[in-house]
Amino acid sequence: MNDRIQRLRTQSLMARPTISSERAELVTQFYQTGIAQKESVPVQRALAFKHVLENKSIGIDDDELIVGERGPEPKATPTYPEICLHSLEDLDLMDRREKVPFAVADHTKAIYESEIIPFWKGKTNRERIFSHLPSEWKDAYESGVFTEFQEQRSPGHTVLGDRIYREGVRDMQRRIRSAIENLDFYNDPDALNKKEELTAMDIVAEALMTFAQRHAEKLTALAGQTEDPFRNAELLEMAAICRRVPENAPTSFWEALQYYWFVHIGVITELNPWDSFNPGRLDQHLYPFYQREIDEGTLTKERAKELLCAFWIKFNNHPAPPKTGVTLKESSTYVDFALINLGGVSRDNIDGVNELTYLMLDVIEEMRLLQPSSMVQLSKKNPDRFIRRALKIVRTGFGQPSIFNTDAIVQELVRQGKSVEDARQGGASGCVEAGAFGREAYILTGYFNLPKILEITLFNGRDPRTGKQLGPETGEPSEFEDFDQLFDAFKTQLAHFIDIKIKGNNIIEQLNARYMPVPFLSLLIDDCIENGMDYNAGGARYNTSYIQGVGLGSVTDAMSALKYQIFDQKRVSMNDLIEALRADFKGYEALHRSLLDETPKYGNDDDYADGILKQVFEAYYGAINGRPNTRGGAHRINLLPTTCHIYFGSVIGALPDGRRAGKPLSEGISPVQGADRNGPTAVTKSAAKIDHIRTGGTLLNQKFLPQVLDDDGGIAKLAHLVRSYFKMDGHHIQFNVVGRDELLRAQKHPDEYRDLIVRVAGYSDYFVDLTRELQDEIIDRTEHENL
Amino acid sequence: MILPTEDGIIFRIKKYAIHDGPGIRTTVFLKGCPMACLWCHNPEGIRPEPEPLKADAKTSSGPKAIGKRTSVSDIMAAVKKDIIFYDESGGGVTFSGGEPMFQPGFLKSLLIACRDQEIHTAIDTSGCAPPNVFSELSEMTDLLLFDLKIIDSSTHAKYTTVANDDVLQNLNLASEQATPVRIRFPLVPGITDERDNLNAVADLVGSLQTIDTIDILPFHRTGEGKYDRLQRDKHLPETAPPTDDMIRQVSELFEERGLIVNVGG
Repeated sequence: MNDRIQRLRTQSLMARPTISSERAELVTQFYQTGIAQKESVPVQRALAFKHVLENKSIGIDDDELIVGERGPEPKATPTYPEICLHSLEDLDLMDRREKVPFAVADHTKAIYESEIIPFWKGKTNRERIFSHLPSEWKDAYESGVFTEFQEQRSPGHTVLGDRIYREGVRDMQRRIRSAIENLDFYNDPDALNKKEELTAMDIVAEALMTFAQRHAEKLTALAGQTEDPFRNAELLEMAAICRRVPENAPTSFWEALQYYWFVHIGVITELNPWDSFNPGRLDQHLYPFYQREIDEGTLTKERAKELLCAFWIKFNNHPAPPKTGVTLKESSTYVDFALINLGGVSRDNIDGVNELTYLMLDVIEEMRLLQPSSMVQLSKKNPDRFIRRALKIVRTGFGQPSIFNTDAIVQELVRQGKSVEDARQGGASGCVEAGAFGREAYILTGYFNLPKILEITLFNGRDPRTGKQLGPETGEPSEFEDFDQLFDAFKTQLAHFIDIKIKGNNIIEQLNARYMPVPFLSLLIDDCIENGMDYNAGGARYNTSYIQGVGLGSVTDAMSALKYQIFDQKRVSMNDLIEALRADFKGYEALHRSLLDETPKYGNDDDYADGILKQVFEAYYGAINGRPNTRGGAHRINLLPTTCHIYFGSVIGALPDGRRAGKPLSEGISPVQGADRNGPTAVTKSAAKIDHIRTGGTLLNQKFLPQVLDDDGGIAKLAHLVRSYFKMDGHHIQFNVVGRDELLRAQKHPDEYRDLIVRVAGYSDYFVDLTRELQDEIIDRTEHENL
Repeated sequence: MILPTEDGIIFRIKKYAIHDGPGIRTTVFLKGCPMACLWCHNPEGIRPEPEPLKADAKTSSGPKAIGKRTSVSDIMAAVKKDIIFYDESGGGVTFSGGEPMFQPGFLKSLLIACRDQEIHTAIDTSGCAPPNVFSELSEMTDLLLFDLKIIDSSTHAKYTTVANDDVLQNLNLASEQATPVRIRFPLVPGITDERDNLNAVADLVGSLQTIDTIDILPFHRTGEGKYDRLQRDKHLPETAPPTDDMIRQVSELFEERGLIVNVGG
């Protein structure tokens, strides 16, 4: 990387996350004027957005090539009081907490105390949501049965498609105005609502152009101040770019990147959507610009790479907005899950790997940044050198890029009802979630604690931690005559809590549709304009709600132990086993050993355990898949945890697989840490026994010692392992390539390992920034050594 | 003709074996070996019968015995589980040990069973077997991984407990058969790395028309804990693994004789 990129990168890495009250102040100011009260909700939201973009400070650093920051400077992170109002105690905690802290200046606290808190208290979406949710929802939530993604952040989880590369915002406005003209007030009962929504979209479109114009002015002013003729010319060119895009469709590689970035800032300024936002299939979108300019001689490969590096650094400047409470526990990281997709297939089903794909892989390797996260989509049509190149980066041990199966993703999306062309232009976002990019509102609603359901079943509907009767009485387990009766009871409890979760989802969706429309995001996602409907209200072409199952390995092994030890081998009675669980195995050492060492476990290509895995999968799928949401779409499942397997483990006592009370659960669809003892072929075969095609994403992590990959033969064989897993329709696989000893050293001497990056679940993070529990969990994962 | 038998003693089935031949493989370790090399990293494979094992000092768990009489069909059930990986990678099964030819009837049955399933096979052999046995079995496999250690017969006997007449004769046989052969040379500092031995290995392999590849297998100490658990004395307590520099020098020496050299499997 050149000097400029090095400076920008260092600056980004050194910048400390802080809380900026600028956005909160501007939004509050706007709502205080009283203009808001005269307008419909979408127009209110649009005017608030406009007020922020017209007045927020504009920071441009000396070396920058891509401009635009969400806050006043890198890592200055705004808050969203209309969604979630932080108390002074919250701010204090963020400032002082050991992990994922945000510095909060005294003047920020003062403004919160005098302006922000008094205005928003009682009016936030979070309070609105909690006031509408039934008590059984709150009980289950507080017991750790599930989490709720939308309690501190707005719905998002979407990725941009290819629209901005062929259409300027001015063109979008033309479509909006024609949609307004075509409204049928005679026959369409929603015509007025549509008009308000479309008017809001028109306002935010204009606001983004104003925002770009303000950057153009600032750049021109900076050009006048610089003595350096080279930088002067550069700044003037940047100003010209900001005058052309986003108003017009981009005509160059640089314009395309800058256009996307303004759009990105717009989305994450409008609200704080889960999974910031994401350009998705960047190599596909940018290749036509790249190819043309290289041919014409107006762009060099080096310059393209420099621009991409500058673009990458912009993502790293934007930590996830601050979280607290359970929401922090389920996602304890600064990473905001922008996941750039490389490779895969084109709309017409041709190998999508191109020269730019490889250039972007070079950028990923050199930048070595947490954000943006990156992945490769591997289709059977892609060449082997592509996967080998990606694995060589994985070998360097920072957990990127992760590897996804294009052919599975396309099947998953088509099964959900998408057109095959839309499916091929999709991919995975966040951790592993499949979506039709640019055309789908696919919203993750919360993690679901599968082992907790088993625990509740074993205590006849009670939560043993609190003694509270949470679920129905499904029978004293000692009276179950066989495993099937136990499993039926589990299914009853599962259905009960899924019902509660879906009821909550449908309430929250409606509240977001009504009170928190996002006209700016709606502008970008097909077919919100044509439908005259908001992204949060079902305006998108496809509308999906996900519930993410956690602890599949743990619940499988626990059930395998119950079936094998109690019903098949009759080595222990149900009552004795439950007593052992209550005692956390103290005094039951022999039983504990037997549960750990002499019980079939998932991850070993053993049909006994894997058969239970399939049963649990089918039960979870059956409870959720196809149930309607309120946006004209359906609920679907996926299987991933972020960091929630730590939190969910902390609310569960000992489990029959030998896991002790409070310890982490298995993550994603990975086996329980240390339970897989037959190597990676057995793990992938076990994992492929569930039907990935009926999910919207699964997450499998494997840990390899670096020595396994130290030659090209090791890389080639790992590529074969991936291809084999994908032949079996596996959705995703990712590798941690760091030895146990090194992780233990890093735990002991964090200062020497500040830059050690590891794969957590669907993302990577600095090892020293992880909680102790999560560090231990990663250390405990099975290592495939094979020397 | 070797009489096939339906079972035999094995001590491990290892999946995702990536250093025992082409592609992703499953390696089946047959127990029993006529040699007892000082540097052996699979000492649990030497004695032909199952034997007791002390608990692992670190975890105080693990199996209490090593080696199990196992049927061909049970082994094939395990082997067949990974067919998708063999197909994708051009891999298959490797029979190792111990000395797999030490149980000739058992190995023959396994080779037949693999051939029936169209699974690629490799035999990882010390070459220490009666020539008629060697010849029959090596014709039945798709690849021979032939360990060549020490050329001088008395030195060979000193470090491996047996003279190498059979080994050398079998190497000749192998070079005249259709089955492809890769030579595997354990590089053990102070034992196999003597100048004369290196030259003799290079000369011998170089003289064989059909064999041009040699894999250098650097000595490592990962088998050490096993001696302890088998309650046997470590035979090479002081020997350190060869340095990268030593490995490079040996590679160069072999390459100068026109051999294709790989380090590792």
